[in-house]
Amino acid sequence: MSAPLLQVRGLTKRYGARLGCADVSFDIDPGEVLAIVGESGSGKSTLLSLVATELAPDAGTVSYRMRDGVLRDLADLSEAERRALMRTDWGFVRQDAAQGLRMAVSAGGNVGERLMGLGERHYGRIRGTALDWLGRVEIAADRIDDPPTRFSGGMRQRLQIARNLVTSPRLVLMDEPTSGLDVSVQARLLDLIRRLSAELGLAVIIVTHDLAVARLLSHRIMVMRAGRVIETGLTDRVLDDPEHAYTQLLVSSVLAA
Amino acid sequence: MSAIGMLPLEGGAPEVAQVPSPVRGRDRVRDTPYPERPDPSPQPSPERERGPGASEAGEAGYNFAYLDEGTKRMIRRAILKAIAVPGYQVPFASREMPMPYGWGTGGVQVTAAILGRSDVLKVIDQGADDTTNAVSIRRFFARTSGVATTTRTTEATIIQTRHRIPETPLREGQTLVYQVPIPEPLRFLEPRETETRQLHALAEYGAMHVKLYEDISRHGHIATTYAYPVEVAGRYVMDPSPTPKFDNPKMDQSPALQLFGAGRERRIYAVPPYTSVRSLDFEDHPFRIQEFTDPCALCGAEGVYLDEMLLDDAGRRMFVCSDTDHCEGRRADGHVGTGDAV
Repeated sequence: MSAPLLQVRGLTKRYGARLGCADVSFDIDPGEVLAIVGESGSGKSTLLSLVATELAPDAGTVSYRMRDGVLRDLADLSEAERRALMRTDWGFVRQDAAQGLRMAVSAGGNVGERLMGLGERHYGRIRGTALDWLGRVEIAADRIDDPPTRFSGGMRQRLQIARNLVTSPRLVLMDEPTSGLDVSVQARLLDLIRRLSAELGLAVIIVTHDLAVARLLSHRIMVMRAGRVIETGLTDRVLDDPEHAYTQLLVSSVLAA
Repeated sequence: MSAIGMLPLEGGAPEVAQVPSPVRGRDRVRDTPYPERPDPSPQPSPERERGPGASEAGEAGYNFAYLDEGTKRMIRRAILKAIAVPGYQVPFASREMPMPYGWGTGGVQVTAAILGRSDVLKVIDQGADDTTNAVSIRRFFARTSGVATTTRTTEATIIQTRHRIPETPLREGQTLVYQVPIPEPLRFLEPRETETRQLHALAEYGAMHVKLYEDISRHGHIATTYAYPVEVAGRYVMDPSPTPKFDNPKMDQSPALQLFGAGRERRIYAVPPYTSVRSLDFEDHPFRIQEFTDPCALCGAEGVYLDEMLLDDAGRRMFVCSDTDHCEGRRADGHVGTGDAV
């Protein structure tokens, strides 16, 4: 087993007297998909924001193995380094596409932005790469100049994925990427995420309340409740043979179609 | 010379009674002298003549050029900082001026802060010396400071402008003051001021190219024709105010000092003399300025920026120099255009 890509230790966040999440620790290996499941308010999104350094933790550390192989505490990075990392080596697919996309800018511009941020100054190459990525996320080439406001919910999420993956990141965070989509669109999106993460060897942390999504995508699963991790293990094991009473309840409350 | 170096207070005790009151109402400026003034001087011609404020302001040494010394000192500090960090937007405590925002309150404050008694002021609006905005600002300074004014680019030491850089090349010792409506080049993509400051601090200008990308994807070429973003001294990306991109190359390595004042947004920035100013572009879509097929219809000048003038209600038009001083100078030298309408 290789060295972990991301190492989270004792992450704690309080909102005043209330608890966001408490003492969360986990590792992610390169190419591994981790699902964080739990009901609303269980601290999933807080945890994801902490990992993405969008929130400052009250305690605990998030360390990431940089491209040079050195594990570094993200809190020690300079602001410029941190932003460069988020822009190139990480991706963040948001629940609300309007937060993850520039809604007034065309699809091509959305995909190309990270490239231009890295200093690409050749329009033809940027456009070529954008077309390639739109194709990979199954958006028709003739939609490249349309802004995401004219896209359906599913297309917006796929565009977000293209925008994030264009710099070949190694870690992608996803916050409920399939919520609000109808089941057939969800299925296509899940197929796409699964295919891309396997092809590109992406490590993914996916937050979801949908156990079916977790089963389909993830290798490992982490169950959260009231800010704490109550069970963690291989996805099949946790879903087929849940140990904790709450996990058993969660698994049994899924409606079978 | 401009008063940049003269930071100390101009001497003399304040004589409040002599302080000209703010000009009220644009219409009244035109032909009435100050109602408060007991012995009004005759109406001055705006061209190369001392305004009525000249002698009194000289004696009082206070509130010269409309602003009080404290305010001028504050603005000069901002200007000095702006010159020290080319292209960086320095916040300053913009004052209320006797004109609406959008009429050049930022430029007027910068001009007032650097104006010295021996300066010769030229004010242009869209290249023209004779449009409302230019005439009223020029007259404002003639009255409140008494400095000489001119329409000739070569004679001016300070040129306040909205939109254009004169066609006549500027020289050392001249100062160009721009009136800026929106100083933030990243505003189009990032509405949060906190975020744009971060982006400037970290020199994260990738988003700036997104705007140009959008242009090419929509129009097949970079269709931004004014407020075309530039990189100053290899560091800060700057909005050159609504000047046509035709004038961007004139900013590069200019021997004149260029100051930018945004009154509403409370920012001052600067391009010191002989500083590199590079227009952003793509390798395969390089920066290009506007080109005009025909020369000026009045003076026959080529390679200058032209304005479209409507001649009648039948759609007849004529393209003439936007820089009126340049055009008049050429015609005085005997150059003649075709005079043709198109």
